Parts: sequence; C-alpha cells; structure tokens
Amino acid sequence: MTDPRFDVLVVGAGPAGLAAARRAAESGARVAVLDDNPTPGGQIWRARPEPARWLSGYQVILGARVIAAPAAGCLTVETLQADFEIGYRALILATGARERFLPFPGWTLPNVMGAGGLQALAKSGLPIAGKRIVVAGSGPLLLAVAGYLRGHGARVALIAEQTERAALLRFGASLAAHPGKLRQAVELRARLLGVPYLTGCWPVSAQGAERLESVTLRRGAKNWTEPCDYLACGFGLIPNTELAEMLGCRIGASGVAVDDDQRTSVPAIFSAGEATGIGGLDLALVEGEIAGYAAAGRTREASSRFALRQQHRRFATALEKAFALRDELRSLAAPETLVCRCEDVSYARIRACSGWREAKLHTRCGMGPCQGRVCGGAVEFLMGWRSESVRPPLYPARVESLARSGQDR
Amino acid sequence: MKLLVNGKPVEAPAGSMVSAAVALAGAWLYRRSVTGEPRGPLCGMGICFECRVTIGGKPHQRSCQIPCAEGMEVRTDE
Repeated sequence: MTDPRFDVLVVGAGPAGLAAARRAAESGARVAVLDDNPTPGGQIWRARPEPARWLSGYQVILGARVIAAPAAGCLTVETLQADFEIGYRALILATGARERFLPFPGWTLPNVMGAGGLQALAKSGLPIAGKRIVVAGSGPLLLAVAGYLRGHGARVALIAEQTERAALLRFGASLAAHPGKLRQAVELRARLLGVPYLTGCWPVSAQGAERLESVTLRRGAKNWTEPCDYLACGFGLIPNTELAEMLGCRIGASGVAVDDDQRTSVPAIFSAGEATGIGGLDLALVEGEIAGYAAAGRTREASSRFALRQQHRRFATALEKAFALRDELRSLAAPETLVCRCEDVSYARIRACSGWREAKLHTRCGMGPCQGRVCGGAVEFLMGWRSESVRPPLYPARVESLARSGQDR
Repeated sequence: MKLLVNGKPVEAPAGSMVSAAVALAGAWLYRRSVTGEPRGPLCGMGICFECRVTIGGKPHQRSCQIPCAEGMEVRTDE
C-alpha cells in the first residue's frame, strides 16, 4: 500500500467532519479528511468563511470520492486524475444528507431544481439576479434558501411549505427552549418581508416546452399557476448512509445507528452529523466533536459534550415532527411521471413491481449513475420500500480504479 | 475566466463551477435523458448526475463539481 496509515480518517468535510477532524487532531492523532467537493464546508458552509475556523492540524483531500472498501481499515478513493488506497485505524463517516425529491408531473424539466440544489448552484456562480423563483417543498431550509436567493437579487414569488400552519406554530413555540434557533428564525423571516410564506401549500405540476415556464400550486381547494424561471423544490433531507451500509454498519430508523460515543455497529467506525439523522448544524458540530474525541481515545472529553448533544437532539425531534410529509404528496405522481431520472422509469412501471429488487431487475429503477440516490427517497416515500444492499462501486468509477482496488493486498 | 460553451465564448467569475458557465452561455439543456428528454442540474452537489456535460472532449463530467478553468471547452447535449 502506497498511502501512509492515518489514525483517524474522516469522510466528509462538512461541519461534522471538520469538527471531528479538528478534535481528533488536537488529541494528537494523525488525521485526514476526504471530500468529493472541490472546497471544504459541505453544503451548509458552501462558499462561507466558517470552515477556516476548523481547518487546522490535519490533511484535507478534496475532489475525492470513496468508491470501495477492499479490506477492513482501507478505502479505495478516486479523484479526477487518480485512484489510491487510504489506510486508517479509526474511520468517521460524516457523509451528510441530501434533499428528498418527490416526483410530480414536469419535475424533470430543466430549471426545476432542489431548494438546496438551486442555492448550491447559485453559490457556484449560476446567475439568479432578476429571476422569478418559486421556492417549494418542506422544512426550514426553504426559508434559508429563499433568504439567500432574495439577498442575491432574485425575485422570490412565494414559498410553498407543505406542512400546516398549526404544526408550524407548535414548532415555533418549542423554539423558546432554543433561543439561538429562535433568533435565526426571526432574522430569516425579516429578510423575507413581503414574500408570501404559504403553509399547507405544495406544487402539483410544472409546465414548460423544453424548460420550466410555470408551476401549478395547490392550497386547500385552490389550484393556481405561477410563471417562474426556476422552481427550487425539496421535501426535507435524507441522510447519506450508502458508505456506512457498504461497510456493514447498522442503519436505524433515522440514519446510521450510533452509540453514545458516535460508534457504529462496526468496530473502529464512527459516524456523526446528518448521516446519523437530520438535526441541523449545531447537532452536527457537537456530534462531530464527540466522534473526533472518541476516535482518538479521549472518551472523557467526548462525554463532556453529551448534555449539549441531548439538547440539540430535542430540537431535531421537534423539527421532524413539525415538517412530517403529508399523505397528499403520495398522489402527486401521475402513472407516466418519471420517478427514476437516470433510466427514465415511470411511476406506473415501478408500481407494477413487488419491491426494490424486482423494480431494479425489471425496470432498472435506481440502477443508473446516481445509483438510487435521487429516486430512492421518493420510492421509500411512495412505495414504502427501503433499498437493502449497497455494493461497490459506491459511485460510477473508472474501470482502472476498480481493477486496482484491493490488488496490493 | 474565459471558456467556450458550445463554441460560444463565456466570461465566468473566478471560483465558479462549469454548471454556472453553461447557464451564463444562455443554455439550460445540459444533457438528454435515455429517452431524449431535456435535463439540467437538480441537486447542485454531485449526486444526481443530471448536469453532466462534455469537458475538453471528456464526456459525462458533472458540471456542478468541476471548477471553471481558463480556456476550457464545454459542450452540452452530447
């Protein structure tokens, strides 16, 4: 093996991963962080100054994705130019989350994007000034995205939040126990003065010839159509558990299952942040710190943060309850609506199958380049199926990389 | 930073991704699906593979994950 062994290897350079790496490095461990993105920070800190505060004492390898685990204590990593193996004593999976997309007629049109998706693209230079944008779906991310888009010159027509007002008000009241979160919510709302925030409202279809021209929304008994340049639409977040699954870690109801020290069911593998369950930035940071300390053997420092983690977990539970997806969203897809965008598989074809396995074999649903990362969340919500097996390569990889993976041992 | 998108010169701000250069060139169709539907970026974070374009003759590159570089040649709809 050409690569030196790291005491602690972290996958994911978002808040949880950076916090974990920092704390492990401070504890004297030899640490490296891997991330698929060209810059550190993950999604929430994309193009933000915060990562700088955490980047110290360890190596960061960017533009690198894990494609296989040829043996215990070793990962195969691919970059645009090369592939190599990295050895570790302890591994911390901080693989974050992605948006849940739900299929509705027209959702595959160009310029229909994720809510976080459009924000990420705008942060990467996509021009949004002067564009008319409808923000839709569910969760606090919608407000953050709308605030960002408006702050960068977009005309946000409205925000359509599928959850009902009553659930939001209950959630709002629970924020009293989390003053920091409450302040954030108030600041966000202030940035969005004049932008309608419609609760109990969701998109039913998107229209356009070769690209998006308008979106039809429903609220109560009313349907209407809004012309727009972009539809930014995401129905909450789902944890990225594929790497953990490939490594054999047990997955719980909310994400990668972990113990008090953020240990997974597999020895020497830890997990922190959104991968273990959706909980937001503060929870990700404290979980990352605990995982970093624990992976470096400093369990006393790890346990000193348990109480703080518990407080943030309560917030996560309230969040999940408030933004639970409504049943009506299960009937948005028409029989001919595509659910799998890689292989163009319609809802009708998936519905004719008895489970994931049959759908994969008969329709190729989830077998394209995204490997079910987009349709998986939709299929889970629509059909109640959970993908059961994850095999390498974790991402489409070059044949050479795969051929070499594990060859040195 | 100057790039060519489908032969058209585009000036992209430093630090921007290829996905942005395509939009700056006025294009919205990044690729066609297996049944010929027009597609553009969805997730913005490298997981959906909908923003794939040809960069410097190399096909199927995720434009949202690759920073723009001077003189880069990008083609969509291939």
